[in-house]
Amino acid sequence: MRAALIALRAVVAREALRFVHQRERFVAALVRPLVWLLVFAAGFRAALGLSITPPYQTYITYETYIVPGLLGMILLFNGMQSSLSLVYDREMGSMKVLLTAPLPRWWLLLAKLMGSTAISVLQAYVFLAIAAAFGIVLPLWGYVAALPALVLAGLMLGALGLALSSFIRQLENFAGVMNFVIFPMFFLSSALYPLWKMAESSELLHDICAANPFTHAVELIRFALYLDWNGWALLWTSLAMLAFGALALWGYDPARGMRRG
Amino acid sequence: MTLSVEDLTYAYGEKRALDGVSFAAPAGRFTALLGPNGAGKSTLFALLAGLLRPGSGRVAVAGHDMARASRAALAGMGIVFQQPTLDLDLSVRQNLGYFAALRGLAGREARTRIDAALDRLEMRERAGEKVRALNGGHRRRTEIARALLHHPSVLLLDEPTVGLDAASRAAITAHVHDLAREGLAVLWATHLTDEVGAADHLVVLHRGEKLADGGVAEVTRGAPLSDWFLAATGKAS
Repeated sequence: MRAALIALRAVVAREALRFVHQRERFVAALVRPLVWLLVFAAGFRAALGLSITPPYQTYITYETYIVPGLLGMILLFNGMQSSLSLVYDREMGSMKVLLTAPLPRWWLLLAKLMGSTAISVLQAYVFLAIAAAFGIVLPLWGYVAALPALVLAGLMLGALGLALSSFIRQLENFAGVMNFVIFPMFFLSSALYPLWKMAESSELLHDICAANPFTHAVELIRFALYLDWNGWALLWTSLAMLAFGALALWGYDPARGMRRG
Repeated sequence: MTLSVEDLTYAYGEKRALDGVSFAAPAGRFTALLGPNGAGKSTLFALLAGLLRPGSGRVAVAGHDMARASRAALAGMGIVFQQPTLDLDLSVRQNLGYFAALRGLAGREARTRIDAALDRLEMRERAGEKVRALNGGHRRRTEIARALLHHPSVLLLDEPTVGLDAASRAAITAHVHDLAREGLAVLWATHLTDEVGAADHLVVLHRGEKLADGGVAEVTRGAPLSDWFLAATGKAS
């Protein structure tokens, strides 16, 4: 038990150290949502009228609306990016060092997942701080209540990345997955527009959005930020996390073979 | 026998990579796993490290079965993979500390062991340097030092001299021969006959099958190993 905790701490610390050494990655991860928030949202504010829907109790600006979605974007990109580093690790071989540690494999993968989630959540809070500096302020306790939601959403998206990384042989293929996973997941969700808006244009698209686990992760964060409860989003996000986690475990099962690039 | 392999078979889909391979690597001896490229050495290493599970057959490390007691088997094994596996942006000591923690070692005990392992490989004075600043030979030494941290009884090395200059290659080969003399069971995969010493134990792999197994002189019947190896693997192709 003690050995497992020492290993967990080391894996998380390694992620953190690697992150510190990649300052460009940190900046890039923040610039992306900030551009959306400060440029895209400003432009769209006029075009999109938002009515009062839960968890909001007053009219809100579009900038305020997309904050949870952009938090989701940070978690999504980070989850994929850390699995990108896994594909790279696998080519470099350091994943082998992890997987040959004398600990249960699910624990090793979970440790990896927790490491990447910790980095994601840290970035999410830096983003919230910058947004606050630009005047987009949320309820004070919402910042605290959002923590478990951000952690759960981060774990879910990290598990998705982990599962994907186990099925991808080479870095080149990963670029394609980024396009086929990140963009559909982000745009077919409630990150940029509420689902009832989507339903006005297309019922089908609305149904796809409603089934997208990313939508539920964003809603979970949105409700938590306003100290509101969304059990449905919690359930969906948790189920998706378990499903992606199981898929990742299966992907890294030695009986299936560790595919080599 | 410290490392024993019995009747190991593995196939990538239809393609057989290993076919009924058995051998043992005893303690205190340098066992050279010699085979041309594509002989199945890397597949064998992945099976030994538990990264793949064999179609049939058995791997045991110090009596621990890899399939049934994989954690005990892994704990008895130090592995140096063919690809570099160090974090380039971390120091030598940080890299070793990470590995030690994966074996449940932390604090003073980890520090003592890291110092001892670095001393053994004559890397102590470079402990604070980033791996990126090291040359290929020193990176390999770091990986060997790391593989010894948890005091394994078996040391596996998969073509560890790939990409090294002649001097580093000779130094590392000599070093690992010393480690075997000190009591470790060493399994060293290579396709270069000059890395095999006259007193070593030799296992020859070709096209997924074991071609020969025994003392070097016994296998080659006194012929130079390089000539024998060329003839044996050339003839069979």
